[in-house]
Amino acid sequence: MTTPTRIVSAGAGLFADAIEAQAVPVSRVDWRPPMPGTEADLATVAADPLRRPANEQALAAMLGVQALLVDVAPASEVLGLHRGEFLHAGPPIGWETASGPLRGGLMAGAALEGLVDDPEMAVALFESGDGISLEPCHHRDTVGPMAGVVTPSMWMFVLEDPATGRRAHCSLNEGLGKVLRYGAYSPEVLDRLRWMSAVLGPVLQKAVRTSGPVDATGILTQMLQMGDEAHNRNRAGTLMLLRDLSPAMVDSGFPSADVAAALRFIGGNDHFFLNVAMPTCKLALDAARGIDGSTMVVAMARNGTEFGIQTSGTGDQWFTGPAQVADGLFLGDYGPDDANPDIGDSAITETAGIGGFAMATAPAIVRLVGGSVPDALATTRRMHEITLGENPRWSIPVLEFQGVPSGIDVSLVCRTGILPQINTGMAGKVAGVGQVGAGLVTPPAEIFPQALAQLAARARARSTT
Amino acid sequence: MSHTHVELRRGAYADSVTLLQVSRTVAAGAGVEAAQVAMATDLNLDVLAGMGFAPPPDVTANDMVVALRLDDEAALAPALVAVDAALAASSRVAAGTVELAPPRTTGSALSRDANGGDVLALVSVPGPSAFVEAMDALDAGHDVMVFSDNVPLDQEVALKRTATERGLLVMGPDCGTAVVGGLGLGFANAVVPGPVGIVAASGTGCQQLMALLDHADLGVGSALGVGGRDLSADVGGLSTRESLRRLDDDPAIELIVVVSKPPAAEVAATIREYAATLGTPVEFALLGAGQPDLTAAAETVLARLGREVPDWPVWGEATARADGGGLLRGLFVGGTLCDEAMLVATQVIGPIRSNIPFSPELALGPDLDADAHLMIDFGDDTLTSGRAHPMIDPTLRLEHLAEVAADPRTGVLLLDVVLGHGAEDDPAASLAPAIARAACPVVVALVGTTSDPQGLSRQAEALSAAGAEVHLSNAAACCRALELIGGAR
Repeated sequence: MTTPTRIVSAGAGLFADAIEAQAVPVSRVDWRPPMPGTEADLATVAADPLRRPANEQALAAMLGVQALLVDVAPASEVLGLHRGEFLHAGPPIGWETASGPLRGGLMAGAALEGLVDDPEMAVALFESGDGISLEPCHHRDTVGPMAGVVTPSMWMFVLEDPATGRRAHCSLNEGLGKVLRYGAYSPEVLDRLRWMSAVLGPVLQKAVRTSGPVDATGILTQMLQMGDEAHNRNRAGTLMLLRDLSPAMVDSGFPSADVAAALRFIGGNDHFFLNVAMPTCKLALDAARGIDGSTMVVAMARNGTEFGIQTSGTGDQWFTGPAQVADGLFLGDYGPDDANPDIGDSAITETAGIGGFAMATAPAIVRLVGGSVPDALATTRRMHEITLGENPRWSIPVLEFQGVPSGIDVSLVCRTGILPQINTGMAGKVAGVGQVGAGLVTPPAEIFPQALAQLAARARARSTT
Repeated sequence: MSHTHVELRRGAYADSVTLLQVSRTVAAGAGVEAAQVAMATDLNLDVLAGMGFAPPPDVTANDMVVALRLDDEAALAPALVAVDAALAASSRVAAGTVELAPPRTTGSALSRDANGGDVLALVSVPGPSAFVEAMDALDAGHDVMVFSDNVPLDQEVALKRTATERGLLVMGPDCGTAVVGGLGLGFANAVVPGPVGIVAASGTGCQQLMALLDHADLGVGSALGVGGRDLSADVGGLSTRESLRRLDDDPAIELIVVVSKPPAAEVAATIREYAATLGTPVEFALLGAGQPDLTAAAETVLARLGREVPDWPVWGEATARADGGGLLRGLFVGGTLCDEAMLVATQVIGPIRSNIPFSPELALGPDLDADAHLMIDFGDDTLTSGRAHPMIDPTLRLEHLAEVAADPRTGVLLLDVVLGHGAEDDPAASLAPAIARAACPVVVALVGTTSDPQGLSRQAEALSAAGAEVHLSNAAACCRALELIGGAR
C-alpha cells in the first residue's frame, strides 16, 4: 500500500503531531463538541441512506433554477388575495402576539384597503378578527421584507422558473425610512402606497410585458461582482433593473410625468432590487422542497416575534424560537432599546447563499452593519462550514471567484455551532416608528436541534418500516 | 493560607489530552498546589470534587473549568497567566492568511484541499461524535481510521456497510494502531518496511507482533487495524475482508497475519473461505484458550518466511518474595496484552479476576480489587470514558500501582509498557520510582521497536535499573511472573 500523502485529523492533537513527525502533512480539524444533546440525532441523520443523495438533489435543484421577472400585477390577481386577507412575514402568528412593526404594517394595510378610515381604528378590527385572516407569505409562494404585509391591492413582482412554470412573488419596495414594511402607517406612507398601486405598478407592468422577461438570476450574478450582497446593498442590481426596463417605461405611453416619477423613485431607492432578489431566492429554494432525507434549510423567516426555519426533508413544518435583536448601527438618536426583534422574509437571501453569506463581496457596507472588512471575509468563509456546496453562478471576486456558500445544512449547524449570519434592517419596536437601524443577527440556536430531531425521527421511522 | 480559585469558561473547548498537558504545566508553576483545567464532564466534575474543589453550578460538558489551589492569593494572577499561555500554546493556527480559519469538520477539511492524492482521515474525537466525522470521510471517498472508543455497535455496522458499498476501508472504531504504507497512525511503532502485512482486530496485539518481528529483523509493510468487534457476528468481519483485499493487492506483501481474539464461528468460516481465494498466504493468530500466544504466532510467521527465530530479549532479573508466594497482580494499558497474560496465567494458576474477565463471575467491582489473582486493563472503554488513554495519561494506573505495590498480598507485579508514536514520551520516567518503591518483584512486558521515539533500550535499562525484570515478549513476561509466585508451567 502507498503511504498517504496527507492526513486529515479530527481529535487529539498528539496523533497529528506524531504524523507530522513522520514527515506527512496533516490538516487539523478544529473540532468542538456539537450543540448539547444532538449527538444521537446527528448520528441517526448521518446514517440515513437517503441523506446524501437527497442533499445532492436539493442543492442541485436550488442551483439549477433561473428566475425570470415575467410580470408585475396586483396581489388580488396573481395571488387571488381577497379583501380582508393579509399576508405577513415569517412563520404563522396572530394579532395577539404580533410585534409593533407587524401590527403597524397590518394597520397600514387595513387603511390602504379601505377596511378602516384611520389606521388607528384597525386595532379594534384585528382584535375582533371579524372578516380578517393572517397568513404567512411563504404559504402563498410569496416573500415580504420586514413586516412583509401584503394586501390585495398591492402590486407584486412575479418571478417564474421557465423550466417548470412555478412562480414566486414579492411586493414593490417602498424605499427606506417611514414605510409600511418597517411598521409605519402615517399619511405619507399610505399616500406612497397608493401612488405605487396607481402609477408605479402599472408602468412597470407595461414595461415588463413589452420588453420581455428580465433574467433576475443573471442580474444577481453581476451585482455580486459589483459590491452588492443583495440584502442590505442592492445598488448595482437596482441600476441594472432600471437599465433593462427604462426604455420600455419611457415607451409605455403613460404620461411623461408619471414615467419620470417612476424612474426617479426607482433610481432614488437603492433597495428597489431587494424585492426582486428575494423572490428569485424563494423560487430557487422552493425547487428544493419536499425531498425526503434532505437536511437542507429551504426557508429562514421572522415575524418580529419568532424566527422560523423549514427544511427540505420536513415538509411545511416550521421550527421556531424567539427572534433576536440585531447588533449594529442605529439611525439618529435611536438605540438598542428602540429596536424590535428580527423581522422579515428577507433572510431568504441568506438561505440562498447571499446577503450575510456573501458579505465578503460587499466591503462598502461592512461598517453599516457594524463590521470590518476582515470580518466580512471571515463571515463568508465561515458560512462554508455549514453549507452543502457552492453556487457556480454566484461568485465572489475577492475570494478568487469562489462560489457563495449554498444550502445550509441543519446537521452542520448542529455539529459546528456556527449559526447562519444574517444582514438585516432593524424596525422600531413601537408600531408606526419605522426603521431605526441596520445590523447583523443570527437565528436562535435551538431551532436547529429541533429541526434535526424531526429529521432524525423521520429517518428512524423510515428504517423501521 | 491557601487560596482556591474555580472559574467557568463557557464555550471554551480543548481536547482532554491537551487539557491534561495544560493542567500539568500550570501545576508545575510557582505557588501552585494543584491545578485542574478540564471540560466539565461528569467524570471531570467528580475528579474536581475529589480534589476538594466545589464545581460551579449550571455547568455542561461544553464548558471548561479552571480550578486552582494556590499557596496564597498573590499566586493567582501569575497562575491564570500560565493557564492562558498554556491554552494558547496548545492551539495551533493554520498556515495562510489570518482570515482562513481552520476547518471545523472532517468534511470541510477534506473539501478544502481537493488536490487529490492519497488522503486518509484519522478520527479521535469523543465516541458519540466519531460516527459523523467518519461518515464525512466516506462521503468524500476516503478511507478512515477511527481511534475513538465508546462508539455504539449499530453505528460501527452502519459505517462499515457504507464503506463496503463504496470500496472504502474503515479501520476501527477503537482502532489503537495502524501502519499504512509505512506511516504509523495512532499508537504505532516505528517499523522497517518488509514483507509482512497485518490485519489486526487488536491494537496492542498488533504492536506485540510488530515488536517481536522487528527484533527478528523482519519488516512490516502495512498493519491495518479493524477494531475489536470486527469479527463479531454483528459486524461480520467487513473491515477484515477489505483489509485482506488491500494487502493481497500489495505486491510487497508476502504473508498476511490476522491478529484477533477468537472470532464468531460463522464469521471465521467466511473469512477463512475468503482468505483461501487470495494469492497471498494468510496466517491466523487467534488469541484464545488452547491457541498459541502472540510470541508463538510471531515464531510461526518467521518460520513460514524462512527466517531464524531469535532469543527474545530480557533485561534485568527479578527476585521472588522471601516466601515465594503471594498473589499475581497484572496492571495493563494494552487490552490484548492483558488478555494474553490472562490466557497464559489461567492455564497455570486457574481463573483470573479482571475488569475484562473471561466469564462474568470473574468480574471485578468498581474498586478493581479482590482477594485473588487479578489483572486490570486500564485501556478498557469503561475506564477511558471522559479521560485520555493510559498510554497517554498514566495517572490512573500509577495510582493503582502505588496501592498494589504496597499491598502485602501482592506476590508479583506484572506490567506492560507500550512504546511508539502517540504514546507517552518517557513512560519509564514515571514508572521507575514506583517500581523502585515496590516491596514485591516486578516484571514488565516492554512492547516496542528499536526505532521507536522513546528508545527501546533506554526504556528497558531505566526500568531494569529500578529493579524490574523486562521482557520484549509479553507471554514470556507472564510466565516469569508466574514462576516468581511459585507457579510452574
